Amino acid sequence: MPTNIATWSPPVNSVVGDALLVAKKDLTIEFRTRSAFLSVVVFALLGIVIFFFAWDSTAVSAADLAPGVLWVIFTFSGLLGLHRSFGVEHQEGAIDGLLASPISREAIFLGKAGANLVFVVAVQAIAIPAVSLFYNLPLGGIALPLAGIAFLAAIGLVAVGTLFSAMAANTRLSELLLPMLSLPFFVPIVIPAAQATAKLLSGRPVVDAVAWLKLLLAFDIVFVAACMLAYPFTLEE
Amino acid sequence: MNGKSVAAVEADSIARAFGARRAVDGVSLRVHSGETLALFGPNGAGKTTLLRLLGGLIRPSGGRALVGGAKVPGGSPVRRQIGVISHRTLLYDALSPRENVEFFARLYGVASPRDAALRSLERMGIADRGDAPVRSLSRGMKQRVSIARATVHNPKVVLADEPFTGLDVSGARALSRLLGELRESGAALVLVTHNIEEGLSLATHAAIMHEGRLVRMGERASIVASEYADEYRDLVAAGE
Repeated sequence: MPTNIATWSPPVNSVVGDALLVAKKDLTIEFRTRSAFLSVVVFALLGIVIFFFAWDSTAVSAADLAPGVLWVIFTFSGLLGLHRSFGVEHQEGAIDGLLASPISREAIFLGKAGANLVFVVAVQAIAIPAVSLFYNLPLGGIALPLAGIAFLAAIGLVAVGTLFSAMAANTRLSELLLPMLSLPFFVPIVIPAAQATAKLLSGRPVVDAVAWLKLLLAFDIVFVAACMLAYPFTLEE
Repeated sequence: MNGKSVAAVEADSIARAFGARRAVDGVSLRVHSGETLALFGPNGAGKTTLLRLLGGLIRPSGGRALVGGAKVPGGSPVRRQIGVISHRTLLYDALSPRENVEFFARLYGVASPRDAALRSLERMGIADRGDAPVRSLSRGMKQRVSIARATVHNPKVVLADEPFTGLDVSGARALSRLLGELRESGAALVLVTHNIEEGLSLATHAAIMHEGRLVRMGERASIVASEYADEYRDLVAAGE
């Protein structure tokens, strides 16, 4: 996370400008408290360690197992992080301040999703090298395409997670509701992402993963558009 | 509350139900620029819900609310005119008062948002704690910041729900002065409070709300404070 965020001011009063303001505010809060980020990183690393010791290396090769480990970790650590997204808005009723302000609902969604994207990508940046280390998988030539797959998948996961985080935040069972609502919609994103990752880790060229990447991109577009359209309705009481 | 010009705030038979319960039941009112409506009522009378309806934070299940002649909930131009002070602080605990107020100043498109935030905090006498995290402040100090946040854009309509909550004498004085300045600049104020004396001292009009309806409404000049307080107490006692 950038350290000069407190002094940077985005242009305002356009949807993008307002979204940047909201994202900056959320990242500043997370940067100050670091509570969610540290918890999620610890969760991700512990998950990798548990998978590693639960794995019989004579039965399954590292290249076959690593994609599954990676995407299970991303899915559940993402959920943990996304849960806090609207938590900060409900502590002192700050969401009412946002809703009463001239900012559009779409800008709130985009801002929240943008901050969540930075959050999830930061977790991925730690988890991917950790998996590479534990499973002895040199990332050398595939680091960049792998990062691209992780980023594309993060967009879809964050769009869905941000929408359902807003819905769940105001309920008594938000911790339970968020995964119940989100996981079914995560599946179409995780499947192509895991398949494309598997292709790369098994030494196949990037071009072999293109079909999965196209599918991933299609789901990203559908989910971002649908979630942005649906988001204003989640704010109705 | 003359009926001729466009009212700054208007409710037209507005209603809101939560399930079978009608929290606001067909309320009509008009508040013009420079007027202050003090709204009294026992707990659960529907005052906060009415304020949330007027602020566009919830949709009515019947009737309509207008701000400056435009329907709420409305678009950005309508919301830009409104300042909402809640009994909750609406602040981010991890940010400082200055950051909180500046964030909202930017959302409202206020020119020189940093300076405006500082001025707003100074008006509420809390600028000296401007860089401390909000979570380290007392309830009263948070309330001062919350008021600075809600008024940083010099709103034309101020909807204040128990704004004196937690304020000490100097905080209450700063708030009264601020509300007076806003009213003189042409803002319309709707002030929800349990404190009859405090409310009447600021009001040009007063109303009592009971079970979702306005049961008494009139000009402040025609109200005898002691009789009004007795009437209010009788109403609260009857509801218990």
